[in-house]
Amino acid sequence: MKVSNSSWAERLAGKIPESLAREIDIFETEISLRKQGKIDERLFAETRLRRGVYGQRYDNGQRHNGKTVQRLGYPSGELTKGPNTMWDAPGMQRIKIPAGGLSGQQLETLADLAEEYSDGIAHVTTRQDFQLHYVHIDDTPSVMRRLAAANITTREACGNSVRNVTACPYSGVCPDEKFDVTPYSRAMSKFLMGHPDTQNFGRKFKPSFSGCSQHACGLASMHDMGMIAVTQIENGKEKRGFEVHVGGGLGAVPYQAKLFDSFVPPEELLPLAQSISRVFARLGEKKNRSRARIKFLIQDLGIEKFKELVREERKTLPHDARWTEYIDDAEKFQESPLRPGGKAPLLGSESFQRWVKTNTRPQKQEGYTVVTIALPLGDIASDQLRSLADIARGFTRETIRSTVEQNIVLRWISQSDLVELHKALEAAGLGDAGAGSIVDIAACPGTDTCKLGISSSRGLAAELRKRLGEKNFQLDDSVVKLHIKISGCFNSCGQHHVADLGFYGVSRKMSGYAVPHFQVVLGGEWEHNGASYGLPVIAIPSKNIPKVVSRLTDRYAANRKEGESFKDFIARTGKVELKKMLEDLARPPADASDRSFFQDWGDPREYTLADLGVGECAGEVVSSVEFDLAAAERQLFEAQVALESGQIDEAGRTAYRSMLQAAKALVKIESSNIADDPAQIVKEFRARFYDTQKFFDPFAGGKFAHYLFSAHEKSAEPYTPDSARYLIDEAQLFIDAAHSCYNRISAPAHA
Amino acid sequence: MQLQHVNVKLLVQNPGGASLEPLIPVFHGWIENQDAKDELLIDVADYSHVPAGPGIVLIGHEGNYSVDNSGNRLGVRYNRKAAVDGSNQDRLSQAAREALAACRRLEAEPRLDGKFRFNGQDIEIFINDRLIAPNNAATREAFDADFHDFSRKLFRGKEYSISYGEDPRSLFTAFVKAARPFAVTDLIEALA
Repeated sequence: MKVSNSSWAERLAGKIPESLAREIDIFETEISLRKQGKIDERLFAETRLRRGVYGQRYDNGQRHNGKTVQRLGYPSGELTKGPNTMWDAPGMQRIKIPAGGLSGQQLETLADLAEEYSDGIAHVTTRQDFQLHYVHIDDTPSVMRRLAAANITTREACGNSVRNVTACPYSGVCPDEKFDVTPYSRAMSKFLMGHPDTQNFGRKFKPSFSGCSQHACGLASMHDMGMIAVTQIENGKEKRGFEVHVGGGLGAVPYQAKLFDSFVPPEELLPLAQSISRVFARLGEKKNRSRARIKFLIQDLGIEKFKELVREERKTLPHDARWTEYIDDAEKFQESPLRPGGKAPLLGSESFQRWVKTNTRPQKQEGYTVVTIALPLGDIASDQLRSLADIARGFTRETIRSTVEQNIVLRWISQSDLVELHKALEAAGLGDAGAGSIVDIAACPGTDTCKLGISSSRGLAAELRKRLGEKNFQLDDSVVKLHIKISGCFNSCGQHHVADLGFYGVSRKMSGYAVPHFQVVLGGEWEHNGASYGLPVIAIPSKNIPKVVSRLTDRYAANRKEGESFKDFIARTGKVELKKMLEDLARPPADASDRSFFQDWGDPREYTLADLGVGECAGEVVSSVEFDLAAAERQLFEAQVALESGQIDEAGRTAYRSMLQAAKALVKIESSNIADDPAQIVKEFRARFYDTQKFFDPFAGGKFAHYLFSAHEKSAEPYTPDSARYLIDEAQLFIDAAHSCYNRISAPAHA
Repeated sequence: MQLQHVNVKLLVQNPGGASLEPLIPVFHGWIENQDAKDELLIDVADYSHVPAGPGIVLIGHEGNYSVDNSGNRLGVRYNRKAAVDGSNQDRLSQAAREALAACRRLEAEPRLDGKFRFNGQDIEIFINDRLIAPNNAATREAFDADFHDFSRKLFRGKEYSISYGEDPRSLFTAFVKAARPFAVTDLIEALA
């Protein structure tokens, strides 16, 4: 699109590392070849994904305007950049920021690119990446070249590859850490990127580093490979190492990582990552994408067998000097301050005091503070990025990190500079208090830009932020500290499983119309590296979610025991009571003329695809099917209660029955004579809804049907706490998919 | 030297009193009706939560429309993304016409209650490509005559002034100010 695209390669010649320059040249050639039809669209799709060039909503050339599906006539006509993905459709460029580390120059580059190729906003993700939206694919080589000249790459930011290696943003300055994990995370990022052993995965692979086990910053428990810094005494000397966890992940069904080794010395860290990569590439699922993450491989093999295979693989690796050549420097690695340490001011304005309370934390180095810049919804404007670069240069040696809470931190702020710093941040619109508090809500892009979004996660986050912000300073201290995280669908990019109050988007039908909903997920834990995952309690219409938040937080503030965490409060209250507390909010509005209920937050379009004039006959059918699906949800809830009370086998069996109930509900649409026999239900469901692909999710395909088939095959086996828990999650997704399937097949043909 | 990717922003009256939220359904309506001539409108992005940010952006293929608050200066902005044939005057006029047309529609939109009215005098012109137009003295020298020719035509020879942005990191920006207020319709006619 930009007329200058042809000139950037020449302009930046010599300023880009040769290997990166060559790769970008190759990508540019691949773009040309795809335009000439000389590269298959699927191959090109994976090619661009591995360079961080992602699709975006409406890139199939269609957009529903609330009344009808509208065709978007892109000028390149039928040319595609992937299956069902139009060439000219705006897309997303993901930018890898290893360990979240940034310099002033890099902030300025991001600012320029956001302004020139995107919409003036750079977005920080929940994995310390940056994203630019609405980028035309023809512009991406220029974007990549300008990033590369600032020592940033987009390579393997998407696709079946090793994604951004994240790390605790407080590494090196946190009083509770064992040691600074930054150089180790950077070494792993560099080593694995483009490594031949990481090029044949069935799905993505996400590593993470944490400096301690007690805080959440590294989220080791929810990563494919999570490293936690540990030390031990060897020959009277302290030796650094890592507790390594594998097979964690959120996604549709969250898995806690399993301990692989309690102490891996630095010299074995990269060979271990390489060995794991080889085993994953060799044995990981390739065809069934819903089972292709390493967590499924580890579950299928068992952790002990997996360890054995990895250790056998380790023995076969040819020596690589890169495994150890960084270690000496890593042990000496230490950032330094720009200005002498000082004392924090005792006085200041009210807004300054509030900001100090929530946005600063002392470093282990005396006289210095880490300052968090709270970015609303993870968004920062180009002008703000440039101001932040100036501020970072003025107060620090550009010690800047992005965070998984979609914020940015400045490290090594002299405490005596806090007043001046706050003034500078306020002038840039970056001085808001509330970092890490209930108003600092994390949200994935959701229906704003993501093709998979079901509900408006950003719209809801903005609304909650506004409402909670208005009364933030009247909220109980225990409530202020809670975390809210929102995903637009079950895929968990908003990390809803590890929030105190988590939400993920689903759709339901009410009075014949599709209504945007969120599943309320409770019981998760952010601290201890995301140590436990919440479970869905009830699906509530989007427009009632603010009431859900009010009820739960009010109840917590009023009834919590001394020192009781929200997670413990949720466990003590119990799912039955929680559901009772919220179930009136799940009902449609008494006033059917209130159309706002059928719209999502921040989006005036009617959410439903259905004709407003649905006849009474269809309404009867709707009622019958909805009744059966509601019964399935009730059963699933009983399964959750059984799990909560330790009745593992009962929990597993009830979850399985809930899936059968939902499958039967769909089968009954076509054949009312279906019996209660599980084998018959599964057979009929397979023939009528799987083989015909009627049940297929537009993006996940038949993934959720496989959950039923698998549960049925294993139904005679005893359940373990893990398998019951996974089945409950899978059952929830299956039932949600049954709702979606029903919504699709009952919608008028034109919608 | 070609001026491409021209942005034109018309500053609005009483910027403090305007909430951006009502623009969202208005821009969705523009997509539904595909109201921009010869342009494909695609999506609406809400950045009203970002201080001094891009505001509400109507994403198009050839150009974006927004009510933008960058620099804490609220205005109706057109950002031309696709190349435009012709002379520099053609390109400046094209972007200005689209910005003015958008502004006229927003002024007339009953749901907005007259909140986004052009202040009649202040127009900002950005060149959204740092390779074509780095913000330096050489660019100012190269394009100054173009901006004056354009401004004379736009304001029908009446008095105006032009100043340029100073920060070398920013987009090349011309701040054009008419000595007396003009109505949007007058400016559209001047460019016809």
